[in-house]
Amino acid sequence: MESRLTRILVNAYLIIFLLYLFAPLFVMVAAAFNDSRFPTVMPWHGTTLRWFEALWEDDRMWEALLNSILVGIAAVVISVPIGTLAALLLDSIRGRTRSFLYALMVAPLLVPGIIIGISTLIFWNRLGVSSGLHLSTIGQCSFICSYVMLMVLARLQRMDRSLEEAALDLGATHTQTLRLIVLPYLRTALLTATVLAFFQSFENFNTTLFTRGGATTVTIFIASRIRTGVTPEVNALGLVLISITVAAAVVYAVRRKPAPV
Amino acid sequence: MKDVLSRYGTTLTGMMVLATFLWLAGMVVLPYLVMVDFSFRPNLLPADLGGDKDHLTLDNYETLFRNTIHIVVFLRTIWGSALATFLCLAVSYPVAYFLAKMASPKQAATLLLLLVIPFWINEILRTFAWFIILAYNGPLNGVLRLIGAIDAPIRWIAGSNGVIAGMTYAYTVFMVFPVYNAIETLDRNQIEAARDLGAPLWRIHLRVVLPHAKPGIAVGCIMVFTAAAGSYIVPAILGAPGTRWFTEIIYQWFFEGQNWQQGSAYAFLLLILCIAFVMAMMRIFKVGLADIAR
Repeated sequence: MESRLTRILVNAYLIIFLLYLFAPLFVMVAAAFNDSRFPTVMPWHGTTLRWFEALWEDDRMWEALLNSILVGIAAVVISVPIGTLAALLLDSIRGRTRSFLYALMVAPLLVPGIIIGISTLIFWNRLGVSSGLHLSTIGQCSFICSYVMLMVLARLQRMDRSLEEAALDLGATHTQTLRLIVLPYLRTALLTATVLAFFQSFENFNTTLFTRGGATTVTIFIASRIRTGVTPEVNALGLVLISITVAAAVVYAVRRKPAPV
Repeated sequence: MKDVLSRYGTTLTGMMVLATFLWLAGMVVLPYLVMVDFSFRPNLLPADLGGDKDHLTLDNYETLFRNTIHIVVFLRTIWGSALATFLCLAVSYPVAYFLAKMASPKQAATLLLLLVIPFWINEILRTFAWFIILAYNGPLNGVLRLIGAIDAPIRWIAGSNGVIAGMTYAYTVFMVFPVYNAIETLDRNQIEAARDLGAPLWRIHLRVVLPHAKPGIAVGCIMVFTAAAGSYIVPAILGAPGTRWFTEIIYQWFFEGQNWQQGSAYAFLLLILCIAFVMAMMRIFKVGLADIAR
């Protein structure tokens, strides 16, 4: 249907676009193997694995990784229940209250991360709590809850309410209905939300930057390395993180194939 | 509320209300209010707290308007974010159109997967990649010299060039998905009809596809602009010395100037800028919050 010329032009554009998207990542990953003090791919000083060894032996990196994992787990533990409960509430109310609550709940997604960090920092300082990763966790949760809420709400809106009503009519308590009907129905959404919440926390930089006190997470570690004497050790870490991301994306795509019921 | 009670009973409803309240009051509304209140207060020594000097003031806001350098940085942040937003749209639009209307289902699925990958890779790593590429002795200059396009290396990271390039790269994926979603719902027959009636390609896009894609474009622009205006790491890594971003000044007030009140005022100004942009987009393109959050 499109003319041949259009097709050729669009295909050419797509190839350039994909190059644009992936060439930088490829360059960064390749630089991890270059035996050069500054991360680059030209000139090539010989292939080496010493940056991976340096990364492995870097205590600061392990500390940062542990911190990121702990904050990520805490963020999941806080935001998945809160986001789910908020979605359940929102799903059963109508009218003005709903619009108002909905607006409040999605607002954190539109607020720049550094402002979330700053407001969290000041609020808790006024209550006498000084900065640290506990504040980073709380700050991150304020918008991770929004993601969880949206995912659970999307699933709830496709739920057949008569299932719940039938359970209640047959004498199940409200708690039983939630546990035996609603939560199993939400299983996939909750699982995805858990993974996403952990990922969002692990990836976070802006909110963490202002609330962390002196503590370091993986993103803070990478940023400070880039700004103060970068070596290809950062590229080695980048390769590890990108590999995990690609694997996760592929697994997600493959698992998604059968249409969600 | 009655509906909730009959659906979930008292205990569960109580838990839902409590959780929602803890989140929205304790993590969203109160912190913002406290920050705004803080921005109207002077930076006092602990001894002066509650004393004569402890009153509401506009001083922290006047600081910005008295400081030409800070105003320049603020304007640069607005201009740079707008430019990055426009570039993201220009780069993404053909891809979104291809995905929605030209690709076979298999091609579309593959391309979507390919797009998801950089989307999930950390912003800092994506920025770092450009830091390597644009370096004075980096691969871009290397390749250009190899093919004879330039004789001497070019300093790419100069002024805001690096920042704009990095942001366009880092945030393009924020634009592709919403624009793609919007174009996908366009009835192919409308494009066919326009073509049969003799409309040239550019007019089909200008008069049929673009108007239909408006909500998606609005969402994409909001995502990119707020990410760009609020970005700290991209200007910190790719900004040339002397071309700071507003977020960097906010950071300085907090951690170098130790003046949190002043920093809060600047942070609130940044928030107002973002809210104004979001409202303008929603008004111009007639979209609601629910469209954005999708």
